[in-house]
Amino acid sequence: MILSRRLLDNVSSKWMIVCLSFFLILPFAIATGLVLKSTGLLKENSFIHLITSSDWSPSEGKFGFLPFIVSSLWVTIAALIVSMPLCLLAAIYLSQFAPKWMIKFMHPVIDILAGIPSVVYGVWALLVIVPFVRNTLAPLFHTDSVGYCILSGALILAVMSIPYILNLLLEVFRQIPIELGEASLALGATKWETIKKVFLRKGATGILSAYGLGFSKALGETLAVMMVIGNVVQIPHSVFDAGYPLPALVANNYGEMMSIPSYDSALMFGSLLLLVIILIINIFFRYIIYKSIAL
Amino acid sequence: MPSTLVNMQQKNITVESIAATVPVVEIDKLNVYSKGSHILKNVSTVIPKNKITVLLGPSGCGKTTLLKCLNRLTDLYPDLKVNGSIRIDGEDIFDSRKDITAIRQKMGLLLQRPYPLPMSIYDNIAYGLKLKGIRSKKIISEKVEKHLKEVALWEEVKDRLKTSAQRLSIGQQQRLCLARGLAVEPEIILADEPSSALDPISSRVIEEEFIRLKSDYTIILVTHILRQAKRLADNVIFMYYGEIIESGPAEEIFENPQSEILKEYLHVGH
Repeated sequence: MILSRRLLDNVSSKWMIVCLSFFLILPFAIATGLVLKSTGLLKENSFIHLITSSDWSPSEGKFGFLPFIVSSLWVTIAALIVSMPLCLLAAIYLSQFAPKWMIKFMHPVIDILAGIPSVVYGVWALLVIVPFVRNTLAPLFHTDSVGYCILSGALILAVMSIPYILNLLLEVFRQIPIELGEASLALGATKWETIKKVFLRKGATGILSAYGLGFSKALGETLAVMMVIGNVVQIPHSVFDAGYPLPALVANNYGEMMSIPSYDSALMFGSLLLLVIILIINIFFRYIIYKSIAL
Repeated sequence: MPSTLVNMQQKNITVESIAATVPVVEIDKLNVYSKGSHILKNVSTVIPKNKITVLLGPSGCGKTTLLKCLNRLTDLYPDLKVNGSIRIDGEDIFDSRKDITAIRQKMGLLLQRPYPLPMSIYDNIAYGLKLKGIRSKKIISEKVEKHLKEVALWEEVKDRLKTSAQRLSIGQQQRLCLARGLAVEPEIILADEPSSALDPISSRVIEEEFIRLKSDYTIILVTHILRQAKRLADNVIFMYYGEIIESGPAEEIFENPQSEILKEYLHVGH
């Protein structure tokens, strides 16, 4: 009895380590696979050339990734410009002003929004956002747009990233002790002064990391964006131009490139780029958080 | 004015005892409810000026709630329903026409654990001053120094005023919180078990501050530590399950308790 219990105890803890190491190995395995697969392309072209050239013509063996990188950054940054202030204000309202019933109501709503499949968001964007951009926003800025453009991608991406960022921000504000607010109010601050000067400062690193995580997540979002962004290989000059983000490139073309030499390798390189950009952003935000905690 | 003073002295009334009879806080039929439970039951009392009044009683008897009613921090808790009246210097604090921030600045608050604001040591004290509308850097600097000296923290932090307050030890943080409260020049110090998270030396420093400060401030101290109450109290309000059981001068309460509950409490010692 004792022996079997001890055995079980041993086995159970070992097996958890196996699970954990799997998670640790996984990203390395993915990165290694991508690197190995993209070496073919890297042998023919220098890395710098690949990411700075905008010449994309696979049949001629020209692989310039700049249009895709630029499109990805445009659509992600534009999406965050829309969603960041919205999420912050909503999080402040929900955590500081909203009555209890509203918080209870909003939590499942946010979870449901987060759980909607991205193809559903994509279809909705096709039906609503694309015509809205074409018929309303573009005339407002005195330009022409078919609606399939960076802005449409950014808007749907903003909508999709809201539940994710909002959840993180709510957690940030939940972590702030109520006594800190009491201390500030007791010194004669109004509620708004307390939020602005104490809570936002106390939560600054958390807010920053929520935005950072939101950025990496939005950058990799594929399907819904791909459906509305136009997928034209060009460096966009305004948000009303069509773009072609990296994830869309890989998703659209993988499986159809077998006859063209190095195309396979190029798409793997595209995935690798995405992984590296997300890694850099993550490290950057973690560094900022680390720095500001140390202050 | 001098003639009345002479008059008083003739009648053998000291200035101090006059002050003792001047109520700063008058609480009348205060009731607090939370989700069906009755937290404070018909509490009526007065708190005299320039004394240390100790709210004594076991944990969960409503002492902290009573303290938070005084500067209306109860507003933060939508579940709490408060009725009754509290007058501070004769002003009803529940009067919605009154500026609540000005009322709160009459009271410095010290909590169970120190909660320094997420900014530098200097800014922690400057914060309340700026809220009062003081803009002059010179005045702010002077006040920062004055109040840090008042809580015996100046020597320890004068070379790192611009560093984060979070880096101070917990005892230093609590003294900083006291200094920050004093900087807005309150009349009353509300202290909610201010030494409960501190080591014995830091809590003694805080206690010594209180004894020194009571000539200038009215101090209302919540504690469940009987020895601390005995060391500090001029007046004691003994509470039990939301009611005031007994209140009066400390010697009377401690030497000659009337109710069985208080006798039991004094006997057990916590």
